[in-house]
Amino acid sequence: MARDSTGYTVGFAALVCVICGIGVAGAAVSLAPRQAENKVLDQQKQVLLVAGLLKPDQAATPDEIKALFDKNIRPELIDLKTGTPAKGVEIKGFDQRRAQKDPATSTKAPDNAAKVFRLPNNALVYHVLKDGKTDMLILPIEGYGLWSVLYGYLALDDDATTVKGITFYQHAETPGLGGEVDNPKWKAGWAGRKIYDDKGKVALSVIKGQAGPAQSAPHRVDGLSGATITSNGVTNTIQFWFGPSGFGPYLKHFLKSQGRS
Amino acid sequence: MDKQTKGVLFDPLFNNNPIALQVLGICSALAVTTKLETALVMSIALTVVTAFSNLAISLIRNYIPNSIRIIVQLTVIASLVIVTDQVLKAFVFEVSKQLSVFVGLIITNCIVMGRAEAYAMANKPGMSFLDGIGNGLGYSMVLLGIGFFRELFGSGKLFGVEILATTNDGGWYFSNGLMLMPPSAFFLIGIIIWILRTAKPAQIEKE
Amino acid sequence: MFEHYLSIAVKSIFVENMALAFFLGMCSFLAVSKKVETAIGLGAAVIFVLAICVPLNQLILSSLLREGALAWIHPSLASVDLSFLSFLVQIGTIAAVVQIVEMAVDRFAPKLYSALGVFLPLIAVNCAILGASLFMEQREYNLGEAAVYGIGSGIGWALAIIALAALREKMRYSNVPHGLRGLGIAFILTGLMAIGFLAFSGIQL
Repeated sequence: MARDSTGYTVGFAALVCVICGIGVAGAAVSLAPRQAENKVLDQQKQVLLVAGLLKPDQAATPDEIKALFDKNIRPELIDLKTGTPAKGVEIKGFDQRRAQKDPATSTKAPDNAAKVFRLPNNALVYHVLKDGKTDMLILPIEGYGLWSVLYGYLALDDDATTVKGITFYQHAETPGLGGEVDNPKWKAGWAGRKIYDDKGKVALSVIKGQAGPAQSAPHRVDGLSGATITSNGVTNTIQFWFGPSGFGPYLKHFLKSQGRS
Repeated sequence: MDKQTKGVLFDPLFNNNPIALQVLGICSALAVTTKLETALVMSIALTVVTAFSNLAISLIRNYIPNSIRIIVQLTVIASLVIVTDQVLKAFVFEVSKQLSVFVGLIITNCIVMGRAEAYAMANKPGMSFLDGIGNGLGYSMVLLGIGFFRELFGSGKLFGVEILATTNDGGWYFSNGLMLMPPSAFFLIGIIIWILRTAKPAQIEKE
Repeated sequence: MFEHYLSIAVKSIFVENMALAFFLGMCSFLAVSKKVETAIGLGAAVIFVLAICVPLNQLILSSLLREGALAWIHPSLASVDLSFLSFLVQIGTIAAVVQIVEMAVDRFAPKLYSALGVFLPLIAVNCAILGASLFMEQREYNLGEAAVYGIGSGIGWALAIIALAALREKMRYSNVPHGLRGLGIAFILTGLMAIGFLAFSGIQL
């Protein structure tokens, strides 16, 4: 058959499609379990890091991370609006970000400065266990900075107001400026600060300049030099997620279940 | 190594560097050069894709109907990139997150298409494969060079290891913030071209 | 709602300019920016291609490739996830659309067709087109957002190439060092323009 005849061309094109399709599909299917595992492991690592159970430079194998996570962390799926445990939804395979985008499992968020557009009906929170009791709560937070949405976790003490740690595991802020949210020194400055004031309102904010020790300035965190907008973004994130539209209801429910208010 | 092989492998480094002379493949080059780690992974990915796409296209070069030539090349390249992307996601997850869409952009990277059209369509598979490696090396050289300067002067580190202690971490070096921003890559390539063309005036375009 | 779209548009034109912030489409960007006239022509073609391709790819992704997208054909296909094919499908639609645009330009604007030469079909492998499409996929835009994003990216890229062409036309009268002439100085100019565009970051709408 002549190389440029229609029949040959169509046949050749079909053959190329089939071979490439098989090759690509083969690679995707065979590597899919590994990729899914990587995603889960990544989340587990982030939770362990913010809980202080894993040091940032510590090299841990996937099995070690899994073991550490299974031993010390209890995930809980909650109904965001009411703060009570979620009903009728499986924790396994729950992807909060996907649920947040899907109109069937999310609602439109009230207007807020953190530019959170949708709220998932259910959220995944983590309890860090010590002697079988909840020692810390790890809550997922997100909000808009200067260039991108910052996704992170905040570790809360069991009094539901004292911060034990914070981390932003995904963002695209300017390296050296807003990107300093990753600086361990800045993150360490969050420990001991308090989110709520005596009246139960969210009072914690990132200020311009230095905040000083946690003792004397429980509601202030050091600003990021040269990154006002990212800093404001972080403040807006805290304001939103610890207010009535975010984890406010859940934290009230949690304190009640612990027997205090 | 015989002369022809040597030429194919090493010409793209200085004499015919794909980026500096042929103005190819700069797109994805720049966005990933803020860190050496990402630049290195991108270089390896591109070299592998160029070499194997050259090989594949050279193997079927006598059978491709002329009317669908370009699209067949694109299909082969795109498939190789998908496989590469899947492998990266499976084995170096952290880095693949940072590379984000730029791995996919290898498909439209002019070096890959350029070499397929210019070399693989007219040469034997063995030499085409080496040509892919050679051009990949030339690309890697420029990419790693830019990555070196940007990471070192932008964040004081190389491959994440601290070399110059920056003031943010309590050190002495005021990191050059511009190095971490896109414009610096443009300036660095301009300077590289300047140096290359001053050293080899034959490469200057005729006005 | 309108604010949301406006913010996507402004971001894609100025703050996340395809050429100046992400370095996409550099090959034709540097090669065609020697004359303002051709730059305008290519810019317009790129806007047109992007305005069609990005929403089209979004449609294909959401109705055929995403996980569970095939459910409309038959419920049993609801668990099928073909998203690994997205690169192939996206570049395929882009190549097809560019082919059509090429034929249209040849028919309705033959002077532009010969002025652009090989760079018109090269729009298909212009990283800016595939790049905008891939970002749209990564950010999971809906159809409206994809359309705004496509047009905005195109306008941003066109703006950058026309500006660079204007600058390069002026550079012909400057005494540029030999090694920098042509390509070298074009890179430096682009870098300076990129710094200028950085001023737009921080615009909050």
